[in-house]
Amino acid sequence: MLGMGDFSIFLVYILCIASALACVIYGIINWNKGGETEE
Amino acid sequence: MALVWKIIIIIVYLGVVGFLGFLGWKRTKSAEDFMLGGRKIHPAVMALSYGATFISTSAIVGFGGFAGLFGMSLLWLTFLNIFLGVFIAFIFFGKRTRRIGRNLNAHTFPEFLGKRFKSKFIQKFAGIIIFVFMPFYTAAVMIGVSRILEAGLGLNYNLALIIFAVIVAAYVIFGGIKGVMYSDAFQGSLMLVGMVALLVIVYTQLGGIAPAHQALTDMGQNSAVLEQVKAPPGFTGWTSMPEWFSMNWMIVVTSIIAGVGIGVLAQPQLAVRFMTVKSDKELNRAIPIGGVFILLMTGVAFVVGALSNVLFFQKGGEIAAVASGGVDKIIPNFLNTFTSPWFVTIFLVILMAAGMSTISSQFHTMGTAVGRDIITPSKKSPKKSMIFSRIGVLIAIVVTVILAYLLPTVWDGAIAIATGLFFGLCGSAFLPMFIGALYSKKLTKIAAVSGFVSGFAASIIWMVLFHAKEASVFGLVGAITGGEAQTVVGNMIVQNLDPLFVALPISVIVTLVVQAITKKKQLPQELIDQSFAGVGKKK
Repeated sequence: MLGMGDFSIFLVYILCIASALACVIYGIINWNKGGETEE
Repeated sequence: MALVWKIIIIIVYLGVVGFLGFLGWKRTKSAEDFMLGGRKIHPAVMALSYGATFISTSAIVGFGGFAGLFGMSLLWLTFLNIFLGVFIAFIFFGKRTRRIGRNLNAHTFPEFLGKRFKSKFIQKFAGIIIFVFMPFYTAAVMIGVSRILEAGLGLNYNLALIIFAVIVAAYVIFGGIKGVMYSDAFQGSLMLVGMVALLVIVYTQLGGIAPAHQALTDMGQNSAVLEQVKAPPGFTGWTSMPEWFSMNWMIVVTSIIAGVGIGVLAQPQLAVRFMTVKSDKELNRAIPIGGVFILLMTGVAFVVGALSNVLFFQKGGEIAAVASGGVDKIIPNFLNTFTSPWFVTIFLVILMAAGMSTISSQFHTMGTAVGRDIITPSKKSPKKSMIFSRIGVLIAIVVTVILAYLLPTVWDGAIAIATGLFFGLCGSAFLPMFIGALYSKKLTKIAAVSGFVSGFAASIIWMVLFHAKEASVFGLVGAITGGEAQTVVGNMIVQNLDPLFVALPISVIVTLVVQAITKKKQLPQELIDQSFAGVGKKK
C-alpha cells in the first residue's frame, strides 16, 4: 500500500498520524474543561 | 561570505535566546519561580518546552541516522513517543502529578516522590541518581551539538564545547525554569518549521509520498544493494521489520523502540513540567501541540533518515551509511548533499536549538537535584535552595563538559548509547514507584523503596555484566577473564537484551511482593488525604 512495503510499516505510519490526531481531538473536546477547582 | 551569513544568523538566534533568558531572570523572584515558574506557565509554552526538551539533537541526528541504517521500523518509536510520551503521559500521569505535586508543595520530581512516600531517602537517592547519571545523557546531547558546530562553522570541537556550555549556563543559572521554558518554546517553534521544510524537500525530490516509499521498498529487494548493508544480522529491508529475535530485532525493538519509548514516562526533566501549570485545563490544551510536535520531530527524522538511502543510491550507487561514512553522519551528509547552502545554515541553527533546549532542562534538573533534594533546604531560609540550585547547575556543567571530552574517546556512537542508558535507568528505577505514587493509596513506603532500589540495582548490574554495549566499555568482565569475554553470558539474545526488559519487571515484582508482606504498615491517613485531595474530581 502506497509503496510502504510490509503491512507493519504501513500500519505504524497510519498509527503515528492517528495518535497525533487523537491528541488534537482530545485537546479540542476538553479545551475548556479542567480549570482550577479548593485550588 | 557564506561563513559571515552563518555567523550573523547564529548571533541573531543567540540574541533571542539571551533575551528570553533575561526575561526569565526578571520574572524569577522565588525558589518556586526558579523551579516551577510559579506554577503559571502558558499551555503552549509548556507543550513546546516539553517537546523541545524531549527531542534533542540525538533524536534528529543520532536516531535519524539509525533509521538510515535500520529503516522505517523505527517509526514504532515515534508511535510510542506520541501515544505513551504525550497522550498517556499527559492524561494519566500529568494531571495527577500536577495535582498531587501541588497538594504536597513539591518543587522537583525527587521531592514529589519523597514527600508522597514520606521518605527522605527516596528524595535524596533519586536526586543523587539524577546528579550522577544525567550528565551522561547531557554529555551525549552536547557532543552532538558540538559536532554540528564543528562541521558547520569549522570551529574546533573543544572550543565549540566550551562556548556552548557557557551560553547555556548563563540563561539557566539566571533565568531559572522560566528562562528555560521561554527559550524552549522559541526553539521548539524553530524546530517545527525546519522539520516540516525538510519533509517537503525530501518528498518533492523523490516525486511524492508513494513513489518515494516504493523506491525504498524496491531497494530492499535488490541483492546488489543489500550487499552494502552493514546492519546487524536480521535486516530484511528498509520498509519491513527485522527477523524475529535476530540481533537486528533485539537492537531495534528492545533497545531503541521499547527502551526509549517506555523510559520516557519517568524522565525527571519531563515530569516536573506537569507541575508548572496551574490547572488541568492547561494540560488539556497542551496535548494537541505536544502530539503534533513529536510527530513532526521524530516522525520526519526517521522517514528522512530511511529515505536518504534512495537519494544517495540514485546519486552515487551507495546506500546512506556507506556514502556518509557512519550512522551519525547520515543526516549532516544528507543536508550538505541534497539541500541548498542556505537551508543547511538554517538547519544548523535548528539543530543547535534542539540540543540547547534539551541541555538547558537537564542542567536545570541537575541543579535543583542539588539545591532541593540532595541538600534539603531549611524552612527558615527558602532562598538558600535557589542559591544551592545555581551552584548545582555550575557543578553539573563542569562534570558534563569533562564527560563530553572523554566519552567520544571510549564509546563509538556515544550519543545513542548514553541517551539509552539514562532513559532505561529512569524507567527501571522510577516508573513502578511513580505509578504507585499516582494511583495507589495503599502502597507502603517500604514497598516503594524496595522497588526503587531493586530496579536501580538490577539496571546497573545488567549493564555492567550482561549488556554487551555497556559491559564492553565498563570492562569488569573483561578484566576478570583476562579479556576472554566481555559479558557473563555469551548468548546473543542476552547480550542485546536492553536492561529495561530485565530491571523493570524485577522492580515491579519486588514492589508487589514487599507490598504483600508489609501491607499493614500503611502511610499515615492524613498524608494520603492531603496527597489525593481533589484528585479525580472534574470541573
